[in-house]
Amino acid sequence: MIEIAENKCDFCGCCVGVCPVNCIEVKEAEISVDHDICIDCDICVYVCPIEVLSQTDPRKSSKAAA
Amino acid sequence: MWKEQKEFDCIVVGGGPAGSTFARVAAEGGLSVLLLEKDRDIGVPVRCGEAVSDAGLRIFHEPDPRWIASTINRIRLIAPNETVVEFDLQQKGYILDRRIFDYDLAEYASSAGAQIVTKAYVDDIIIENDRVVGVKGTHVGERFEKRAKIVVGADGVESRVGRWAGLKTTVKLKNMECGFQKTVTGIDVDEHMFEFYLSKKWAPGGYLWVFPKGKNKANIGVAISGYYAKDGKSAQKFLDEFLAWKYPKASVLTTVVGGIPIDKTVKQMVMDGLMLVGDAAHTVNPVTGGGIVPGMRSGLLAAETAVKALHNGGPARKNLAAYEKEWHKIGGKNHERFYRIKETIFRFTDDDLNRIADGISAVPTDDRSLLKLFSIAVRKKPSLLFDVIRVFAGL
Repeated sequence: MIEIAENKCDFCGCCVGVCPVNCIEVKEAEISVDHDICIDCDICVYVCPIEVLSQTDPRKSSKAAA
Repeated sequence: MWKEQKEFDCIVVGGGPAGSTFARVAAEGGLSVLLLEKDRDIGVPVRCGEAVSDAGLRIFHEPDPRWIASTINRIRLIAPNETVVEFDLQQKGYILDRRIFDYDLAEYASSAGAQIVTKAYVDDIIIENDRVVGVKGTHVGERFEKRAKIVVGADGVESRVGRWAGLKTTVKLKNMECGFQKTVTGIDVDEHMFEFYLSKKWAPGGYLWVFPKGKNKANIGVAISGYYAKDGKSAQKFLDEFLAWKYPKASVLTTVVGGIPIDKTVKQMVMDGLMLVGDAAHTVNPVTGGGIVPGMRSGLLAAETAVKALHNGGPARKNLAAYEKEWHKIGGKNHERFYRIKETIFRFTDDDLNRIADGISAVPTDDRSLLKLFSIAVRKKPSLLFDVIRVFAGL
């Protein structure tokens, strides 16, 4: 599952732009992931410039372990 | 005011340079325009390196000294082996203060008659009979629904408006540059110099920039390709390492985070009742990452088309398609050339970059130009030379 460290987020929307299923919503100072739609592709985890997003399932992510 | 008004000719979602330019030109053309910005302030937070060319800016406005933090007339490239190459730019550039610049663009739109509302978050569009007819959202905790003949997605890298309408605006991982920048002070920089660090070590699949804002202040940032970000090191880490090495005593005034879509312009920029402009349509120059001027240009072209369409025929796709055509005629061909060049230079190894730096070093100083530089860069791929000549001649 994609986890968000919301207190770290700058709300830039970079993750929204790459999300293939449009499941991330970024408001002025709020971010949320719709886990029902999310396919755990982890692309948002890769692009986040400041490592706000992470994959909690280590079997699915190369970056979660890093 | 906007709260009472149920219907507009155009509703623009997003108050950056593309959205504000659209709003101004459409309002000047006699259309009723509502511009909705999700943040509390136009132009804030800045998500940009703030570099722009004088010639590009002049297409739209006489540069106002208040917008300009510094004027740039020289470029310095630092290769992976730290070979330094410098040359004069044939056209000067600026580092802007986007907070002032964006404010003014919005003000121009407002003076032309557009209504601008901040803290207005659009979370859906209204579609009826396969045409876009309005938007839904929240303004300071209160729901609203507004109808428009044309909805304009100027919502930046997120580009959700386009996606809600079914357009393909998702950016591929390799075409998303992950950006991180700090505006720092307490450093010593050449205030008229663009500096670029090119190396996998500093910025894989992108570059690291030092854009001065005076003698002791600069925007120092990095953009790395999503393709390489996959390896697990974030843009922030790359920049912090660079700053610790080069400017350990710098004080940080601002931190800027953001994605830069360096993709081909979206195939379909319009549909019935909808137009996309700026980053939302992927108008950023894929080589330089510059998005201000192409964004404004798309806003201008889209608005001119919207004015014609609404005075004559209506907001059907066939009437709005002139914008797509104009974009491709004026900037689009170059955009595709830049994209092809980017696809090649993106794969350069540090050895390639060192070779290019050596190549341009061998050219007499007076003879150096971006055209020469990129001609040397694509030497291994001569088919790109034509693209390079077309886009860099004169720059």
